Amino acid sequence: MLIHWLKQIHYLLILTWWLSTPLYAQLNIEIFGGGASRIPIAIVPFAEENKLQQGITSIIGADLQRTGLFRMVDPSGLSPHVPADVEYADWVNRGANALVIGRVIALSSDQIEIQFRLMDVAKRTQLTGLSITVPATQLRTAAHRIADVIYEALTGDVGVFSTRIAYVLKRGNKYALQVADADGYNAQSIIEYTEPIISPAWSPDGTQLAYVSFENKKPVVYVQTLATRERRAVASFKGSNSAPTWSPDGRKLAVVLTGQGGSQIFLINADGSGLQRLSRSSGIDTEPNFSPDGRSIIFTSDRGGSPQIYRMAVTSSENNTAERLTFEGSYNVSPDFSQDGKSFTFIHRNNNQFNVAVQEVGSRQVQILTNSKFDESPSFAPNGKMILYATEIDGRGILSAVSRDGQTRQHLTTQTGDIREPAWGPLPKWK
Amino acid sequence: MRKLLGVSLIVLLSACASQTTQPETDELAGGAGIGSGGSDLMGSGSGRPGYFSQLQDPNSILSQRSVYYDYDSYTVKSEYRELVLSHARFLRDNADASVILQGNTDDRGSREYNLALGQRRADSVKNMMTLAGARDEQIESVSLGEEKPRALGQGESAWGQNRRTDIIYRGE
Repeated sequence: MLIHWLKQIHYLLILTWWLSTPLYAQLNIEIFGGGASRIPIAIVPFAEENKLQQGITSIIGADLQRTGLFRMVDPSGLSPHVPADVEYADWVNRGANALVIGRVIALSSDQIEIQFRLMDVAKRTQLTGLSITVPATQLRTAAHRIADVIYEALTGDVGVFSTRIAYVLKRGNKYALQVADADGYNAQSIIEYTEPIISPAWSPDGTQLAYVSFENKKPVVYVQTLATRERRAVASFKGSNSAPTWSPDGRKLAVVLTGQGGSQIFLINADGSGLQRLSRSSGIDTEPNFSPDGRSIIFTSDRGGSPQIYRMAVTSSENNTAERLTFEGSYNVSPDFSQDGKSFTFIHRNNNQFNVAVQEVGSRQVQILTNSKFDESPSFAPNGKMILYATEIDGRGILSAVSRDGQTRQHLTTQTGDIREPAWGPLPKWK
Repeated sequence: MRKLLGVSLIVLLSACASQTTQPETDELAGGAGIGSGGSDLMGSGSGRPGYFSQLQDPNSILSQRSVYYDYDSYTVKSEYRELVLSHARFLRDNADASVILQGNTDDRGSREYNLALGQRRADSVKNMMTLAGARDEQIESVSLGEEKPRALGQGESAWGQNRRTDIIYRGE
C-alpha cells in the first residue's frame, strides 16, 4: 500500500519537474457564500510542522474549504498527533465529525516524511491514513494529495486538488500562457508574447496545451508540450484559425477555420495532418467541445439568428444535422461538457450581464450560477463538482470558481495583471 | 460612360453581396503560406514597389485604411463604400499588391465568438473587393476579434472605434 502511494507521488513529482521558472502572480482565495450541510472537520497542525518552511495543514484546510463542502472546526488548545492522544469527547463537544492529525519527520535536510490520519469522531476509528515522503520543495504537492485523500474518504468523489489549471495573464503589453496548481499557486509561464494568446485547451493526458496565438498578425493554433516547451503550429491555414479542443482520445483536435468561407468547425490530427470538415452552415459555428465519449460535439452557432448552443455527431457526412440545445435568452455561448456528459456549462447573457450557467442535457433544465457582470470561459473541474471561469472586478480580469450547485463561489486573484481564459486540466494519470 | 456604368454595377453588386456571407469558393491554402504573412508585414522596405507612394499619399483615399461598423453589424456602411472600392481598384490594377484584412470587435461577450464576428466583418470587405475586380489570392481576410482594441475602456466612443476592419498592405 505504502509503496503504491509512493509510486504515485513519485509520478506526480515527475509530472511537475519542469516547473522551474520563478513563481509569481500567486492567487488568493476569498469565499463568499456556503452550502447548508457542510461536513464539520478539525485539522490539527501536524507535529513538527512549524519547523518546515511551508505549512501543510493550512493548504489542506484551504483546499477543502474551497469546495464549499466543509466547515472548519477550530482545534486550538488541543493537539493530538497520534490516535492514542485523541480525546474523542472533546471533538464531539466542538461539533467535529472528522479529525485530521499527523506528524512531520525530517529524514534529511531535503527529504520530509509526512504521516497523517483521518479519524471518524463518532465511530472513534481511523478512516484512512497515508505516509508520504517528498523533497522539501514539494510540500504543497504533498498537501494537495492529502487533501484529495480526505475529500475522497468523506465525499466518495474523486478529489481535484492535485490537478492544474491553465490561463492567460496579461500584464502591460505582455501575454503569458501560465499553468498553476488548482489552488492558483506554483504559477509558471509556458510561453510569453507581446501579442495576444487565447483559448488554451488541455490534451486529455495533461502533457500538452493547444492555444491560439496572434504572433503572426492573425490567429494560428499551436500545440505545445509542457515538459519540453517544444511547440508546433497545427492549424495555420489561410484566414483565421482558432477555438482548439481535443478529442477524448487525444488524437484529434476540433478547430475553427475560415478559409472555406464563414467560421466553420473542422477536425485535424494532433500533428496537423488529415483536415476534415465537420460543420456546414452559412452562419458562425465555433467553440466546439467534445462529449466524453467522443461521438458528438457541442458548439456555439448563430444559424438560428442568435448565438446558441448546438450538438452534432462527429462525422464528415454532408447530411450531418445539428440539434439546438439552448432556448432561454438570445446569447448562449462557450459550452464545456462535464466529465460524465450529463450536463454542460456555458455563458448566458441576461440584461447585459454575462453569467455562468449549467444545463442538464437530458432535462434541458438550466441553472444560472453567478450574478457578476462579465463572466467568460467556464471550465468544469474533472470531477464535475466545480466550475472555473474568468470574471471582472474593477475592470480587471480575475479567475473565480463556483461549486456545481452555485452555493459557493471564490475569487482567485492576482496582485497585478489581467487574468482570463482559464481551462481546468485533467486528473493526473494515476487517478 | 462605359466605365461609369461598370462602377455603378459594382456598387450595386457589392451592396447585395455585403448582406450575405462569403461564397464558399476558396480552397484552404496549405499550412505553410500563413506563417510568412507576418514577416511580409514587417518587410524591410528595401526594393518595395513604386505603388506604395500612391498608397501613402495623404491626399489619396488610399491612405485611409479603416472601415467602421454599427453595433452588432458587419455591413459596410455607405460612407466607407468608396474607400473599399478604391482599394479594390488599386488591387485590380496592381496585380502584385496584396492585403490582409483584419476584422475587429468590441470586447463584450465570448472571445471566440467575437473572433468569428470580426471575421465576418473582414469577409464582407473582402467580398466587396473581389466583386470589384481584386483577385481572391490578393486578399486574406482574418480576425483579431476583441484582442487588439484601438481604443481602451468601456462606452460607445471606445467600442465604436474597435468595431472595424483594417486594410494592411503586405510589405508596406
